[in-house]
Amino acid sequence: MNFKLKDIVPQLITVIAVVLIFGFFTYNAQINMENRGIDFGYGFLSQESSFDVQFSLIEYDGSHSYFRAYLVGLLNTILVSVIGIIIATILGVIVGVARLSPNYLINKFAAFYVEFFRNIPLLLQIFFWYFAALRALPLPQDAEAMFGVFFLTIKGLYVPAFIWQNFNIFFYSIIAVIIATIVIKTYAKKVQENQGKQIPVFLISIGLIFILPLLSFLIGGVRLSFEVPVLKQLATTSFIYEGGVSLPPELIALTLSLSLYTATFIAECVRAGIQGVGKGQKEAAASIGLTPNQVLKLVIMPQALRIIIPPTTNQYLNLTKNSSLAAAIAYPDLVLVFAGTALMQTGKAIEIVSITMFTYLTLSISISILMNWYNKKIAIEEK
Amino acid sequence: MSNINFLKPDKANLNTFLYLGSFLFFISILDVFLNSFFRLNLIGFLPNFLSFLLPLLLGFVGLYFIRIEYSGIKNLDLLNKHINTNNFNAVLSLLIIFIIIKSLPPILSWFVIDASFAGDSKDVCTGSGACWTYIKVWMRRFMYGMYPNAEQWRINLSFVALVLLGSVGYFATDKFKKYLTLYYVVIYPLIAFLFIFFFISGGPVFFDFSYGIIAAILSIIIGFFIPSKFKFYYFLIVPLALYVILKYFLFFEEYIELGKLDGLNWVETGAWGGLSLTFIISFFCLIFCFPIGMAFALGRRSEFPLIRYISVGFIEFWRGVPLITVLFMSAVMFPMFLPEDFFIDKLVRAIIAISLFEAAYVAEVIRGGLQALPRGQYEAAKSLGMGYWKMHIFVILPQALKLVIPGIANTFLALVKDTPLIFVVGLLEIVGMLNLAKTNPKWLGFAMEGYVFAAIIFWIICYAMSKYSYNLEQKYKTDR
Repeated sequence: MNFKLKDIVPQLITVIAVVLIFGFFTYNAQINMENRGIDFGYGFLSQESSFDVQFSLIEYDGSHSYFRAYLVGLLNTILVSVIGIIIATILGVIVGVARLSPNYLINKFAAFYVEFFRNIPLLLQIFFWYFAALRALPLPQDAEAMFGVFFLTIKGLYVPAFIWQNFNIFFYSIIAVIIATIVIKTYAKKVQENQGKQIPVFLISIGLIFILPLLSFLIGGVRLSFEVPVLKQLATTSFIYEGGVSLPPELIALTLSLSLYTATFIAECVRAGIQGVGKGQKEAAASIGLTPNQVLKLVIMPQALRIIIPPTTNQYLNLTKNSSLAAAIAYPDLVLVFAGTALMQTGKAIEIVSITMFTYLTLSISISILMNWYNKKIAIEEK
Repeated sequence: MSNINFLKPDKANLNTFLYLGSFLFFISILDVFLNSFFRLNLIGFLPNFLSFLLPLLLGFVGLYFIRIEYSGIKNLDLLNKHINTNNFNAVLSLLIIFIIIKSLPPILSWFVIDASFAGDSKDVCTGSGACWTYIKVWMRRFMYGMYPNAEQWRINLSFVALVLLGSVGYFATDKFKKYLTLYYVVIYPLIAFLFIFFFISGGPVFFDFSYGIIAAILSIIIGFFIPSKFKFYYFLIVPLALYVILKYFLFFEEYIELGKLDGLNWVETGAWGGLSLTFIISFFCLIFCFPIGMAFALGRRSEFPLIRYISVGFIEFWRGVPLITVLFMSAVMFPMFLPEDFFIDKLVRAIIAISLFEAAYVAEVIRGGLQALPRGQYEAAKSLGMGYWKMHIFVILPQALKLVIPGIANTFLALVKDTPLIFVVGLLEIVGMLNLAKTNPKWLGFAMEGYVFAAIIFWIICYAMSKYSYNLEQKYKTDR
């Protein structure tokens, strides 16, 4: 082992500096907490929280523990992120493709959209939708029904609720469809490799998706009914809708602004990805007799996806992290419920902020590990 | 001319199709135009759903007729190539044209025609349009926050001075060009500090900083005469020593305070706000996050494993958490980590938090540039006998930074767009001021105007920055 002072000294200095900084912080924290009579510990998580959250996916009220409040916040964050990611992806892909359109108007329209929404701070957009745009909506009693069942009012969006009977049978049929599609796809690949025949997998799976759940309705005894929201008068001027599912305006404003904002970045990723595939690839594919659809499906998309996916993953992560801006409009997400209300009540600043940060860290690192794995899987295997 | 097949427009009957098609197209546009601008409905006698669809149908047929390839008419060919390539595109083009025509009148009337500009109270805003009076009345608050009106010239003066000093680079002659980097990296930020703390903050804070500035300038001037062998140690010791000497031995604070310099009132940072605070925060975070990010980018590619791990940990930590929790941390957790009597201003805490946060992103961007450089550059520099620092400063970083100009610009844009988040620590820049103004009982109900106003300002800033970064990219583009 060749011991080199030159190699050791810089590392040693850095480590000592880091240890000193952390030591300084912990030392001060200990003294400060002693002085203020705060004890360090995560025991408060099992205590009764005694505050209410206006929108939660799981059953929750003040008698539940702080840990349950944490779960409520986390689930709300995940809900916003998932809805936002889905909408942003759809919108982003459409806009990204539109930016490549030869049609001048469509092209400029998409460019306008991207330049417009990308250059305005997200927080400002959230405020705009929540405090300005959604406040202009009608009161519940004045709201007009969309398609007869949706009510968009100042108090939120009311949609019909699904009421299932024998839901598990329907659920199993969906799982059966997924398994069947995978089996058919594998089989089709084998057939194509051995005999060169192509089986219309797409059509078959579309058919399956319709037929099996339909069968579950006809034979399995699955019943689906809708509970349409109904206007109810509370007082002379106060109306609400009862029944159905109500989406609070905070949720609508948040998903709307998050997806509109993130879609611009995804659109740019998609555009860069499709432009990144060489022109020669397209021409080569066409020259060996593939149809335009096949060219897109078998040649362009697989290559474009490799360029698109890593930056898009980053955008998904950004969206998830940006969903914490919910705290600004009082949507009960992780930051508001836990780092806001719970912190105010318990005063356990270090514990709560560290848990919140750790949660986001776990979310982003797990998503990036997942995406790295996928990225590696689809990467070009160079020989 | 005898056999016209209306399903197949061809070149033989060019004129017929051209006139018919453009007529139909014109009619459809005219109908939508009259409908939206003059509330006239040409085809109001038709059933409701038809009057909605008819312009689209007419326009579609019209565009179908004029879709003749290689017609020989230049404008028609251009039209066909750009908006009328096939049926699907034609429908989309028509829809976009209709949407633009339909949405122009309401937007125009809200922004300009029905809007109220005059007056200085809420009473003039009776129309259906925007109430720009509100913006006019609140303008000072949106620009300067709670900063006292009488003192606002200080902010203006500092900004004008800083912009002028910042543009020195454009007028510098070749003789001074080599000092520009030194100027922008060391001297300019120091001057900016001086301005911010002397003019904008005012009060005794100035003196502390002025000692620092004097010490720095003196040591740089003397530094030119020090042999290069000792320069490193010189800059390590002398500025600090000078500062201490100045502060504790030469100028006593009472001595200066007796002078004429303390004419400026002290304005606490809690009163700063509005757009000027956005600029101040963006400016300082931009200055700080760049060197920190560069250091961690180099650290992540260091050959010493411990330094590498620490850098990776730092970068991944800040990139993994949302800015709002970082600001929460700086607001509620950070004071716990400091000694009891040690107080850091909340603006400074916010600037530290945002700088560290953005530094992680800058580090990743710069790392991308470092990785993109071919190995040959490193090897060539090493073979010339350059050490680590010389190699990076003179060979690697200039090339790597050139490569990542767009990425860095994007990070800075994100920084500017993130500044409204400082509402978490209780500072109100322009968006925060809007929210405050919105709840003022005298001016209820003008949220829309405020947000549109702020959106326009931010849009202009960000768009200008992105265009500027594009220009920089083009300017420094070198063929490889």
